[in-house]
Amino acid sequence: MAVLTYREALNQALREEMHRDPDVFLMGEEVAEYDGAYKVSKGLLAEFGPNRVVDSPISELGFAGLGVGAAMVGLRPVIEFMTFNFAHLALDQVLNNAAKLHYMSDGQFDIPIVFRGPTGAALQLAAQHSQACETYYTHAPGCKVVTPGTPADAKGLLKAAIRDDDPVIFMEGELLYNTKGEVPDDEDFVIPLGVADLKREGSDVSIITHGKMIHVALQAATKLEKDGVQADVLDLRSIRPLDMDAILTTVAKTNRVVYLEEGWPYAGTGAQIVSMIQEEAFDELDAPILRVTQADIPMPYAKNLEILAKPSAERVVEACNKVLYR
Amino acid sequence: MAETKTRKGAVKADVLKPYGVTPELALELMRDMLLYRRFEEKAEEAYAIGKIGGFCHLHIGQEGAAAGSIKALREDDYIISAYREHTQAIAKGVPPNAVMAELYGRVGGASGGKGGSMHIFGAHVRFMGGHGIVGAQVPLATGFGWKIKYRGEDSVVVCYMGDAAVNQGAFHESLNMAAVWDLPVIYVVENNQYGMGTAFERVSDTDMQHKSTAHGVPGTSVDGQDVLATYALFRKLAQEVRDGSGPKFVNLETYRFRGHSMSDPVSGTYRSTEEVERRKKEDDPIAILRDKLFAGGFLDQTGLEELDGEARRIANEAAEFAESSPAPGPEALYRNVWAVENPHGRLYFDGRRRD
Repeated sequence: MAVLTYREALNQALREEMHRDPDVFLMGEEVAEYDGAYKVSKGLLAEFGPNRVVDSPISELGFAGLGVGAAMVGLRPVIEFMTFNFAHLALDQVLNNAAKLHYMSDGQFDIPIVFRGPTGAALQLAAQHSQACETYYTHAPGCKVVTPGTPADAKGLLKAAIRDDDPVIFMEGELLYNTKGEVPDDEDFVIPLGVADLKREGSDVSIITHGKMIHVALQAATKLEKDGVQADVLDLRSIRPLDMDAILTTVAKTNRVVYLEEGWPYAGTGAQIVSMIQEEAFDELDAPILRVTQADIPMPYAKNLEILAKPSAERVVEACNKVLYR
Repeated sequence: MAETKTRKGAVKADVLKPYGVTPELALELMRDMLLYRRFEEKAEEAYAIGKIGGFCHLHIGQEGAAAGSIKALREDDYIISAYREHTQAIAKGVPPNAVMAELYGRVGGASGGKGGSMHIFGAHVRFMGGHGIVGAQVPLATGFGWKIKYRGEDSVVVCYMGDAAVNQGAFHESLNMAAVWDLPVIYVVENNQYGMGTAFERVSDTDMQHKSTAHGVPGTSVDGQDVLATYALFRKLAQEVRDGSGPKFVNLETYRFRGHSMSDPVSGTYRSTEEVERRKKEDDPIAILRDKLFAGGFLDQTGLEELDGEARRIANEAAEFAESSPAPGPEALYRNVWAVENPHGRLYFDGRRRD
């Protein structure tokens, strides 16, 4: 096993899948000659040529739709959004075409496409560049939504996403690209969609989360441990399909749950999961479930305000203590 | 106009020669247009008695645009359209029975009753839909062109849209990409002059033919009520595109004889009854071809009535088929949401458990 950055792990997954299947191509802004705005596609142009690693114009709606069309006729596009903040321009193609064409045509067309790029806030990029966009996509039947938080998950899940025959929204994190971790070299290292991962084991409280928030959850768990509290940290890894069995298992184990997510609270992923837990495991709960989310405001620029707006380990610790009645 | 002697010795105008169309092909185009007219009239009738629900946009008046353009294509060419697409689906090879059953929302429908009037699909004949968001099919067409080039094939894509679609970003983004990458796509505006009830000149300060100019995509206008001219243009363009010319743009001028959809009036504040009646009288694509064929001695009234009878028969049979096809059963509700229901995790959140 090699130690790779999250960025390198994504690059390796793309490279391996492009070697494996000549129908896979990468298209997006700056992905070719510039090596990617975040260098995820570094070296791929040289290796695969301009037919398969393609710089697009800044036309998110246009090239997202081009990808959907290419997928309808048998190619397997990987469409990179420089960030998902810009993908709002392409929402019509994703939600009205990619997510619905299989159903509307009663199965005549598969749409094997991956839309990928970073989601969520980085550092002081202000409101239009600092949004966690998962729920726009999880809301729509027809989209699968994947949010890897570690280099190994990034590789294994991207390979699964590319091999999947449905549209997969693959959401990375700007602040994750430099993080390091052990990544299997195996070219068939594929993590199936819909399998959560217990990132830390504990028996007192469950912190359920996804994407880059797993790191905030783990920091919170370390702080809690100093107080003698052991937290289970469950990383969902994909939100559709959702590993509800893993959620019910951790709920049954700890009986106390905090949902942590980077996005806004109203109709967020946590709202859905809280609803499902109370429907299916009400008797297991010893306390109301609490959520830790971004403040319900557009992201401010000023450093101090941004810190206040983002979910933090301190707020997770506070929420855990509350559900533990400490 | 060139003249030629018929076998009977009478001097007849050689009406087909300028278009390079054989009499057989011209008669086929007549047969097609009659079918489209009778099919749509049957749909109109079925809608009026509640057999067809939702929105239903008829192609009556625009038959020449569909027949002429699609007849010029090969089987392995792709076409994609917006939501006034019933006759285009038939033209590309989706059986009339399947189109009508789709309007009725039945299992025998082209999309199994899941799509309806606006979402007819025929993957097997490369009829790519049937799309309900104005202009949103244009990037998809561009993607088909991308695949053709990616794989080194020589098919052509014809992408239809209404005149209102050229004001969408999707149109301009697509033409730009198609031009940059030399994609084999013919972008066709079926210009019936009104986006629903808004006359084109009220929402555009430039002519339709020039909408592609900024992108370096050559544009041509043609009278879509003249099916022979339409055919001749598309035969030429399809060959050029197949030979690698890059994308084209066509302003296919036509006119709709019915309301925007079945729930809209034929005329009203946005266009006068006089205008519609005049266009029906002067610009009916079927009458225009009929007059040519009569003048050329290729068809007479009896022959026309035979063709028309056949068209009516097929339309009636389509309605009978649709009537007899069952509604989709409840088991169809969750079918084909996904191509792959992953073995792990839940995909549905409405209380439906995997097991």
